[in-house]
Amino acid sequence: MAEHASIALTINGELHELTVDTRTSLLDLLREQLRLTGAKKGCDHGQCGACTVLIDGRRANACLALAVAHDAAEIVTVEALADNGSLHPLQAAFVERDAFQCGYCTPGQLCSAIGMLDEAAAGWPSYVSGDLTAPTLDADEIRERMSGNICRCGAYPNIVAAIEDVA
Amino acid sequence: MTVAPSRAIGAPIDRIEGAEKVAGKALYSYEHDVEGAVYAAIVTSTIAKGEIRAIDAAEALGVPGVLAVLTHENAGTVEGEGELAVLQSPRVAYRGQIVGAVIAETLEAAREAERLVRIDYDVEEHDVVLRADHPGLYKPDKVNPSFPTDTEEGDIDHALTEAGVMVDETYRTPAEHNNAMEPHATIAIWENGGLTLYDSNQGAFRARQTIADALGLPHESVRVISHHVGGGFGSKGLPRPHAVLAALAARLVGRPVKVAVTRQQMFTLTGYRTPTIQHLRLGAQADGTLTAIAHDVFEQTSTVAEFAEQTAVVTRMMYAAPNRRTSHRVVALNVPTPSWMRAPGECPGMFALESAMDELAIACDLDPIDLRIRNEPEIDPESGNRFSTRNLVACLREGAERFGWSERAAPGSRRHGHWLVGLGVASSTYPARRAPSTAYARAEEDGTYTIRIAAADIGTGARTVLTQIAADALEVPLDSVHVEIGDSDFGQAMLAGGSMGTSSWGAAVVKACRELRTGKDEAHADTSVDVDADEPLAKHAYGAQFVEVRVNADTCEIRVPRVLGVFACGRIINPKTARSQFLGGMTMGISMALFEETVIDPAIGGFVTQDLASYHVPVNADIEEIEATWIDEVDLHVNPMGAKGIGEIGIVGTAAAVANAVYNATGVRVRDLPIRPDRLIGKLSG
Repeated sequence: MAEHASIALTINGELHELTVDTRTSLLDLLREQLRLTGAKKGCDHGQCGACTVLIDGRRANACLALAVAHDAAEIVTVEALADNGSLHPLQAAFVERDAFQCGYCTPGQLCSAIGMLDEAAAGWPSYVSGDLTAPTLDADEIRERMSGNICRCGAYPNIVAAIEDVA
Repeated sequence: MTVAPSRAIGAPIDRIEGAEKVAGKALYSYEHDVEGAVYAAIVTSTIAKGEIRAIDAAEALGVPGVLAVLTHENAGTVEGEGELAVLQSPRVAYRGQIVGAVIAETLEAAREAERLVRIDYDVEEHDVVLRADHPGLYKPDKVNPSFPTDTEEGDIDHALTEAGVMVDETYRTPAEHNNAMEPHATIAIWENGGLTLYDSNQGAFRARQTIADALGLPHESVRVISHHVGGGFGSKGLPRPHAVLAALAARLVGRPVKVAVTRQQMFTLTGYRTPTIQHLRLGAQADGTLTAIAHDVFEQTSTVAEFAEQTAVVTRMMYAAPNRRTSHRVVALNVPTPSWMRAPGECPGMFALESAMDELAIACDLDPIDLRIRNEPEIDPESGNRFSTRNLVACLREGAERFGWSERAAPGSRRHGHWLVGLGVASSTYPARRAPSTAYARAEEDGTYTIRIAAADIGTGARTVLTQIAADALEVPLDSVHVEIGDSDFGQAMLAGGSMGTSSWGAAVVKACRELRTGKDEAHADTSVDVDADEPLAKHAYGAQFVEVRVNADTCEIRVPRVLGVFACGRIINPKTARSQFLGGMTMGISMALFEETVIDPAIGGFVTQDLASYHVPVNADIEEIEATWIDEVDLHVNPMGAKGIGEIGIVGTAAAVANAVYNATGVRVRDLPIRPDRLIGKLSG
């Protein structure tokens, strides 16, 4: 049965006071109610990464996040990456490197890459890190750290190249 | 035909819609903002065969926000056949078939109520497993789309008895699912007696005709719009049942309705590649010259409609031999109807043929490249026609040079630490066909040009290459051409399938542009007469994939550190997007070789791998060094651009190249895909 709750979310820098159905995922809130359709629904089960957004600066699957559980959170979606219409360097690199074909996984790849670059800059190691205290972000590291985002068109080498361009 | 002066064609142009896509502004079908739209959640069958005895929708209708429950009892008549005869009877033909839908004000209410629709069934015994000795196997009248089912030339049995060297093996490929990233979705809007659909498909015009026919509507009263499509790989080639369901639901509630197939439902509602059992027999002289080629295929279809994949058709043209035979047998099981998945026919067929050629090379003690060159035909062995261009040998030679093929060692003899290293190669081919299409061109007052064609860009780069083609045909700069696609109102056009999109649409665009240049303000072009006048030549693209694998000697984990594809596909219109297509095709081929497998449970009669956690596709860490290149080729017999389609050739052959490399690394031949570690464990020597 539908229960509703009042929450406040800062989405792409703008405060939204919202009454949400407690069953609503953050992804459906963004896409169906706020018309922010940049984040994509590929599987709705946290298995493909197409819905990746930044929640309080960390990459997360919006399909696995219940909106009601994120009161007061700060959300950044792909729509906020460009600055006054000028593409973020990572967005420009994705276009230049042809790091997508159909484009459906792309917003998730971009948000994931931004979150990943912050994790790497903060010194977080990954499964393939040789030195756990000071990992270097080479192609192997990028491939490993970007493996939560599926691209069925197979643009992986170009995605790695685009991320290397800005890393 | 003459070559259009080339300026934009051949340039590595960025995708026209690239900026829109990276900004999250490109709208896919489900994302259009339609006022008053409500949501439908699809209810699917939980049995594989039987009949609905009773439906209790009371609890579902009690969920706040629920507007209606659509079932076969209130759906109204649909004229569509096969999978498009949505909700027309209480019969259940497979597990996961559409048996209803809940329509609600919100997605949450629809999803909750969908679980509360109670359906009682009279269950009948199901039959869901393909076997080569299934008593229900029969000979279809034709195979997809209209090839002869069987062919025979010479005396195959005698030739095989006489052959000095023989390969006689059975290869198996599992059911596989396309799994485009964007789930199939439709928004249906009835207004002014007509129907508008925002629909994710590979051809808006074909979708319009089919859906209008299914609903018994005049074609002109239906419009299908599909500006951006999140992948298809064949699964969006023809309208799927949810599109008809969306229209029925919208009519029932009198509101626009949004339907998205869930990832789980995609496994039963959106088509898949049939499993195949392929018996290959090759006979040869001691020097490797083929004397006999036999390819007999067993595969499945459903009880809903017949889809007989053309798995052995590629064997008819690939290599020459005086004695040849191909056959296809299908059995109708209680399963969803198989359909198109990237290179239907060629892809599974070439896994078997190119694996068998590798086995023959070993049996003859020949390099597999030399074996293929030895059996290169002068003319199409099937039709006797000349080839428009056939540069397979050039691809093999170029690839061998670039890849370092000479480093290949004896099977099982190269080892780096815990890893066994091997190299493999396979040939690739795909037909270079085209179909009639129409296009419209207009000269605007501001000096720019508008082109309209009902093409689809499912990630192929169609919008971009058509812009390049139009710019050259008009001899104007790229930025003065605006190409609009993805709307059935633009008229008849080939769908994005069979690697025929660019070839078919490009020819229509060139024709419209040339007519505009005779001084007109606008021009309509139709290539029907041109296509009818095409010469009877054997037109195909070719390629060769080279693969390095490493197999862990302890765990049998398989890695693919290096892949190279060399292709001969006529003129490459956009090197940037073409490279992406080749890489994407080969990536799906690696995936076919190592990961993809839809498992059916005979007990429940349905697929049990129904999401991306259980149905494995590659992630970034699975794909290492992979490159594509091509040889210079312009084939003006195929179309005015001299370009062959490139959407499918990348996947064809790749799985065999991986399997051949695994053999070279380990000395173990795996003939059943995918090559899972358990298929090697216990078999590695040393």
